[in-house]
Amino acid sequence: AERPAEEQQLGAVQQPERAAPARQAAHLLRRRARQHRQPGQRLGRRAQRLPPPAAGQGGRPGGQRLHRHPAQAVFARGIAAASGRFICVGTSSGLVLVFDIPSKGTNITLSEVLQEHHDSITDIASEVGENPDGAADLVTADDSGALCVWRSKEEFSLLTKISAFGWTCSSVKLWNGVIAAGYGNGQIRLYEATSGALRATVSAHARWIYALDLAPLTGKLLSGAEDSYVQIWKLSRSPDTGDIEIEHCHSECVTDTQLCGARFCDPEGNSFAATGYDLSEIVRYGQV
Amino acid sequence: MFMNDIITTMFNKKFMEELFKPQELYSKKALRTVYDRLAHASIMRLNQASMDKLYDLMTMAFKYQVLLCPRPKDILLVTFNHLDAIKDFIRDSPNILNQVDETFRQLIDMYSCLSAGEFQLIRQTLLIFFQDMHIRVSIFLKDKVQNSNGRFVLPISGPVPWGTEVPGLIRMFNCNGDEVKRVEFTNGGNYISPQREGSFDLYGDRVLKLGTNMYSVSRPVETHMSGASKTLASHTKENAAPNPLAKEELNFLARLMGGLEIKKPNGSEPGFRLNLFTTDEEEEHAALTRPEELSYKVINIQATQDQQQNEELARIMGEFELGSAVQWKSATLSKSAPLLRTAWSSYSKVSTAMSPQSISATRAQRWAASPMWTPS
Repeated sequence: AERPAEEQQLGAVQQPERAAPARQAAHLLRRRARQHRQPGQRLGRRAQRLPPPAAGQGGRPGGQRLHRHPAQAVFARGIAAASGRFICVGTSSGLVLVFDIPSKGTNITLSEVLQEHHDSITDIASEVGENPDGAADLVTADDSGALCVWRSKEEFSLLTKISAFGWTCSSVKLWNGVIAAGYGNGQIRLYEATSGALRATVSAHARWIYALDLAPLTGKLLSGAEDSYVQIWKLSRSPDTGDIEIEHCHSECVTDTQLCGARFCDPEGNSFAATGYDLSEIVRYGQV
Repeated sequence: MFMNDIITTMFNKKFMEELFKPQELYSKKALRTVYDRLAHASIMRLNQASMDKLYDLMTMAFKYQVLLCPRPKDILLVTFNHLDAIKDFIRDSPNILNQVDETFRQLIDMYSCLSAGEFQLIRQTLLIFFQDMHIRVSIFLKDKVQNSNGRFVLPISGPVPWGTEVPGLIRMFNCNGDEVKRVEFTNGGNYISPQREGSFDLYGDRVLKLGTNMYSVSRPVETHMSGASKTLASHTKENAAPNPLAKEELNFLARLMGGLEIKKPNGSEPGFRLNLFTTDEEEEHAALTRPEELSYKVINIQATQDQQQNEELARIMGEFELGSAVQWKSATLSKSAPLLRTAWSSYSKVSTAMSPQSISATRAQRWAASPMWTPS
């Protein structure tokens, strides 16, 4: 009796003829949500719903606490194209849905479901630079701050997992085997994609980072945060040591604006645009 | 007191049960309806225009608090600040206090364990509700937290949130995990380290000021400036250190009072008056404009006239517990402050650091919390 209700819920926002993969996905979302939560698992534990205090119940004034799942928000977040034929979509349950997009026609099918994350997906990034065979080409990030690195060929395989350090990873980018991750405490971290090793930490912002972008031709990195700043960085790899380096290039303050989106406007990173909460404009900056 | 009525209605068990159920955010219309019902739960009656103004004020104040939260989890601290202030209003009514404490516990149970990402989702949902509201609020404009275009000022200085590092440092590691390079950069702001984290317990120092009573600060009124007064920066209860000279003078007076032999007034003694305002005119003006509903008793004691002066003074003295040195109890002080002020109208003029020129309904509260009378 529960399934029809779920489908109805998702079906309301879908076109009828494309409902097939969505229905499958919705079913997976619900099952996943029921399965993986263990009592006592602190990370990502959802709010407990308290029953109304009964008059006759003794003990604690609030009554006994029941361990059942409250209604949860269901949403999709994070999207990226992979290998020129897949579109990956993140969900609130932590599942990543991989859709196969045919070169002709509208028959989009759900090809795979990646089940490595236990918390809501925040962002997905695919490789925007050079991609030698066998290397990582997809990164997924979640609410707890964990990252998963994938290789996509016919099927997706998990290369490595980068554990969280206590803060949400809100945004992630992948370039030439370097993962750039922005976190809710204002920090940017760089990782080696194939091994997952930490290569740099940057105390970049005083507030939650919302946006990261990479200019693939130059390796310029852009970060936008709630502290109203856009910071521009330059990524590089030392030819002798192979060490990943990052240097600060520029600061731009969008006065009184909590930035929620920022992007380079060209692949070299000579211009960028930003917008924020309560702003009905997109502000564009260019190098003079 | 209408405050009790409103708070009792707000924290009604059934209403709270409904609120705690997981649900979508109320629509703007629904919220306004709830607000109207709450405001009219007491004998207070507001006309439509006043109601609109009050609702706008509440909306913008809450938007400000949610927007400026340094960390997403701080929206919970803001809520706790709200509840602390509410508990202060009803601290003499144990039944209502119990209701509020119960709600407090439920909030702690339900929300303390949410992750930062979940809190940010809640915060974003709230911010969407408040999007595009830019009503100008005079108290915010005066405090320079809101621009004249209605948008809030986002500070780029001050302490970073708990868990965030002060921006400016790049650390680079080799493939073995050893730090090989350290570079500093200027991020543009002027940030410092945070002192400590706010408490998420039933009682505790929240540290965060968002959500505290924004009317507890005395602000100089722009319009009239009495002769000798300087422009006063507004100071809050927490920041103002008691003026040591004023404290000493009050202590001295108390010692005098303790050892004072009350003689029958003969009319020739000039006597002296305690005036807490900058000028006599201000004192008279304040007395005239004091709202009626503030229900403290005023005792007029004239040094040269009253036969009953002995009895009055003796009774007032009985309100305070005076030991060999002067002992001040803050609870007694805050309740009896108005009594204190008029009782000592027979003593000397003491100039104060405070200039209560602003006129508002919470004046009694502000007087009672005058920084001079904070016990040492």
